[in-house]
Amino acid sequence: MKKFLITLLFAPFLAFAAGAELHLDRAPDKSGDMAALQNGAKIFVNYCLNCHSASYMRYNRLEDIGLNDAQIKDNLLFAAEKYGELMKIAMQRAEAKVWFGVAPPDLTIIARARASEFGSGPDWLYTYLRTFYRDESRPTGWNNMVFANVGMPHVLWELQGDQVMGEDHKLKLVKPGKLKPQEFDAVVGDLVAYLKYMGEPVAEFRKRLGVIVLIFLAVLFVFAYALKREYWKDIH
Amino acid sequence: MSKVNALLQGTLNWVDERFPLTSNWKAHLAEYYAPKNFNFWYYFGSLAMLVLVLQIVTGIVLTMHFKPDASLNASGVPVAFASVEYIMRDVPWGWLIRYMHSTGASAFFVVVYLHMFRGMLYGSYRKPRELIWIFGMVIFLLLMAEAFFGYLLPWGQMSFWGAQVIVNMFSAIPLIGPDLSLWLRGDYVVGDATLNRFFAFHVIAVPLVLLGLVAAHIIALHEVGSNNPDGIEIKKKKDANGIPLDGIPFHPYYSVKDVVGVVVFLMVFSIVVFFMPEVGGYVLEHNNFFPADPLVTPPHIAPLWYFTPYYSILRAVTYPLFGIEAKFWGVVAMGAATLIFALLPWLDRSPVKSIRYRGPLYKGFLTAFIVSFIILGYLGMLPPTPVRAIVAQICAVIYFAFFLLMPIYSSLDKCQPEPDRVTSK
Repeated sequence: MKKFLITLLFAPFLAFAAGAELHLDRAPDKSGDMAALQNGAKIFVNYCLNCHSASYMRYNRLEDIGLNDAQIKDNLLFAAEKYGELMKIAMQRAEAKVWFGVAPPDLTIIARARASEFGSGPDWLYTYLRTFYRDESRPTGWNNMVFANVGMPHVLWELQGDQVMGEDHKLKLVKPGKLKPQEFDAVVGDLVAYLKYMGEPVAEFRKRLGVIVLIFLAVLFVFAYALKREYWKDIH
Repeated sequence: MSKVNALLQGTLNWVDERFPLTSNWKAHLAEYYAPKNFNFWYYFGSLAMLVLVLQIVTGIVLTMHFKPDASLNASGVPVAFASVEYIMRDVPWGWLIRYMHSTGASAFFVVVYLHMFRGMLYGSYRKPRELIWIFGMVIFLLLMAEAFFGYLLPWGQMSFWGAQVIVNMFSAIPLIGPDLSLWLRGDYVVGDATLNRFFAFHVIAVPLVLLGLVAAHIIALHEVGSNNPDGIEIKKKKDANGIPLDGIPFHPYYSVKDVVGVVVFLMVFSIVVFFMPEVGGYVLEHNNFFPADPLVTPPHIAPLWYFTPYYSILRAVTYPLFGIEAKFWGVVAMGAATLIFALLPWLDRSPVKSIRYRGPLYKGFLTAFIVSFIILGYLGMLPPTPVRAIVAQICAVIYFAFFLLMPIYSSLDKCQPEPDRVTSK
């Protein structure tokens, strides 16, 4: 028991020492770009929201990115009945675990969770989604550069095409997909921007409000300091 | 108008005959004479009170929507974790309350560490203020317990594994250890029982004791009077009315001055809350955005920044002693590192209190202590390497040397004479 506990206490550090460097591409910053966010939402709902849930996110929250209830209902509601519902999925977790080896994680706050000393969460996602390659040793036929032996197949395969890992550990496109490489990068950029937005929908409002709060406090400071000066003028 | 005044005066008299309102107002505010030469370092006591109130008020609102429940909801997410995201999204202004509470926890340690450092700079723990210091140290320990219990509640990966590591430390105690950690967890692993009892400790048990001790801290302070940057007693020089010559009433002088400090603090606090609530993973750790998973150990478990100096000391002890494993002695060293502050009033033998009149020995030791404290804190966030372990061991030795050698170097030091009256520098 004691040995187990010691191992538990120190194993994480040993494990970390063995971890490799991770090189991440910078995700383009598209926060506030409504067209990109709406396109990202469309891709998310079409490609991700079948196996992955976003179970803290409500469809009607997408008002934030310029969509009204009718647009949400007509274009994005595949899995839910009402636009006030959470983005849940029909797939059972127990079954998903059998199919993929692990139940696909909820993606609502994945963009916050994937941040690390190697880069932001969006950087990780942007690199991850663009670095799938053919690997016949894997059950799905796919592997990934930043998430080794990942359980997920390359869902955006028809858009990107087939990549293979060269001997120099660089990826080569051997079979083009529907999109040119730059177009595909832009689409993934939109999707990642949406995931970032979904991780904290209030983020843009939070920053705008912060400016107002700081201006208020600056004005309050002037009065507070003047009051202090007035009271203290006779103290030497 | 005079009728209104008479009515107010009558009401006040009615209260005063039944409750010591006016006398308390005078004793603690209007006629509490504080030295007139307080500087920058004297803001942090009132700021600690402000943060305590902020944490209690935001905490009460959070409990209205938080659910201490480790079971999985229909989407396979622990209910407690999902309820935090519910607060962040669906509760009006919930995100602001939550960020204020998470930022407030770190802010509490910032102001309390600076408040403690002030005490060390100016010898505020020295006679007759030993009890104020002891109460303060108990408050500090309770604050650490409060932060530890609270950190489990969001039920993320770091919450879960941090609690696992800390509770397992108790199992290092010989004989009773394993049973003790089982008793603390209420289960063989950190689980629903742990979450519920930590919730109870975090929202009522610890805050209740904390509030009582803060009251005792202030009552003891007002009994003996405040120290000041010169480390001399203003009560030694009084005027004909018995009022200290260098004293000014706390209210209005320090109440209006503290308001300026509060506004500046709120500006810094707001910058964090509104523009960088995660502070790069130092206040809200990235990995804690993954729900707790007992089957997936994170690659790197580190406590939040305010615990890392002590965590480094825990890890720095790598030698078994007297046939007991190193881990136990690490826990002992870590406990000693937090408790040893309480001995300062008796370790310090200097003829003067304030750093202004102390000699080079004390100044050198204090500087070395602060530098090693910061290095230990930094190392505690990083995964250990052999080099880092040696640096941490050297810093831990300096840390303890500052305290244990104090009776020697503080009495040997070449001090300057203290002034008769307070000075304004």
